[in-house]
Amino acid sequence: MSSTAQELIPPEAREPGGGRIRRSSGGRVRRLAGRDKVVLALMVGIPTLIELVLVWLPTLMSVGLSFTSWNGLDLADIRPAGTGNYQYITQDYPPFWPAVQHNLLWLLFLALIATPLGLLLAVLLDQNIRGSKIYQSIFFAPVMLSLALIGIIWQLFYQRDNGLLNFLLGTAGTPQAVDWFGDSSVNIWAAMIAATWRHAGYVMLLYLAGLKGVDPSLKEAAAIDGANSVQTFFRVVFPAMRPINIVIVVITIIESLRAFDVVYVINRGTNGLEMLSALVIQNLVGEGQVIGVGSALAVVLLVISLVPIVFYLSRTFGKENKA
Amino acid sequence: MSTTTARPGTTDTAALRAGSRPRRHYGTHIFLTVMAVMWLIPLGWSLYTALRPVASTNQYGYFSFAGDFNFGNFAQAWTQGGFSTYFWNSVIITVPAVLLTLFLASLMAFAVSRVSWKFNITLLIMFTAGNLLPPQVLAAPLFEMAKHFEVPYSFSDSGNMLNTYIIVIAVNTAFQMGFCTFVLSNYMKALSADLTEAALVDGAGIWRQYREIIMPLCRPAFAALGTLQVIFIYNDYFWPLIFIQSGNRLPITTAINNLQGEFLSNYNLLAAGAVITVIPTLVIYLLLQRQFVAGLTLGSSKG
Repeated sequence: MSSTAQELIPPEAREPGGGRIRRSSGGRVRRLAGRDKVVLALMVGIPTLIELVLVWLPTLMSVGLSFTSWNGLDLADIRPAGTGNYQYITQDYPPFWPAVQHNLLWLLFLALIATPLGLLLAVLLDQNIRGSKIYQSIFFAPVMLSLALIGIIWQLFYQRDNGLLNFLLGTAGTPQAVDWFGDSSVNIWAAMIAATWRHAGYVMLLYLAGLKGVDPSLKEAAAIDGANSVQTFFRVVFPAMRPINIVIVVITIIESLRAFDVVYVINRGTNGLEMLSALVIQNLVGEGQVIGVGSALAVVLLVISLVPIVFYLSRTFGKENKA
Repeated sequence: MSTTTARPGTTDTAALRAGSRPRRHYGTHIFLTVMAVMWLIPLGWSLYTALRPVASTNQYGYFSFAGDFNFGNFAQAWTQGGFSTYFWNSVIITVPAVLLTLFLASLMAFAVSRVSWKFNITLLIMFTAGNLLPPQVLAAPLFEMAKHFEVPYSFSDSGNMLNTYIIVIAVNTAFQMGFCTFVLSNYMKALSADLTEAALVDGAGIWRQYREIIMPLCRPAFAALGTLQVIFIYNDYFWPLIFIQSGNRLPITTAINNLQGEFLSNYNLLAAGAVITVIPTLVIYLLLQRQFVAGLTLGSSKG
């Protein structure tokens, strides 16, 4: 595979045969000495225990708590609530459906605009043009920043009276000036553009690595067959990057489900910026502390995110199981 | 778009390229330059605002070149804004979390990649999946677990694990460990089996194989992952938001949001705070760009 992982390994230490997992199980399977068993048990046991207690146990507890009503104070106050919380969020909780729509919109925006933009930048920068490294550094710079900080930086740019955007549009200080993050009819778009600023650079970087891994003889063969550059890209190069494409699809979906930091920094995910992840937190930290409702929202988020997770895991580990 | 003007090399051999004249990519350059300028505007505007004293912007407005330029806002953010404290808090959280993550992940990765055992794949799937979950899914139970985990007041002034650095470090470690285990196990699988088999013949135990053979060979992977994890954990906004209540214990990434509320109309100071927060990541990026990029692509290159 075209992996950077293997490029980092000195050649003399590489597994023969391009580093694919080839188990020469003859010498490998051997009875472990008693001390080795203890060492191995600790090596596996300690990380597994931490992972179970701090990641998977809380996930299961979220599922459990979503069927209860609890104010988060005394453990004795937990009462079973059946599916009441789910009925409440889908029928009586006003921000729920807007949040679902916003998550979906966020996904579509990343998938149809930010990701193709990153791919376009990667393709353009892959052709040895002058200054390619400088362009790459510029487009990549936002990937270094936290999404929370991106919210702040764009706040400075988007502000109603003193922001640069309204100045460039000539509306700063006039009644027509738009409060880009405050106006509930536009703020989701403004936030998605801020998120694109980061996402496109990330996608560009991954595709640059992917494009370098495509065998040049494929392109040559396509050219000999009379394909033009656009055909070569879409029929040959793009399909050859299948492993990267899968990663990009998964990253795009997961990023859109995780879209939390930006909207939480702007206005805690209210007034036009409702997001499932922000609603979960609003129900936990607010005055009411409605743990059951928050957990039901968390479970909705969990179930949706399991789709890309299972897809990715079956792609990644499916092959190994067969091997 | 402008792709049509730029033909990706069809006869892409080094020999031909060296001989032929460089292709012209005017359309591509125009497009890329426009994009690059747009990309730099938000950062540039923050830096510009941060460099101007609030007195100048009050007098001349934000859209003006008039007035002074100095580092007064940075000094004020660092001292009065509490950024020196926040920055130190970030260090206290990031350094142990990264070291712990790498250490634990390397143990796990060694076990699942170098020793055959029937639960290897199951465990690896569990670790990888854990890292892909939205953190908000686990937030409520983790918060309640921390709140109901009582410790002596001498250990934590809240009487439980809330408001401590330890819980933030632990949860960050648990969450990032999955990704690092996945990447390191792929890396270790690609190392030749002969290496450890030779050691086995010499009678080296598991720990010596891990410590003396595999670990030294993994240095490039550790460099890449370590750089990546420093950035990830330094940039983490969410876990401190959940666990830490007293403002003076917040790391810089979470704290900058408070500055927004405290200095409502002083955008110069907010901009200075934003720029200060960017500086460490920028320094790491400039010094360790190769490692960082390798780290990001390491995780994705496995098909």
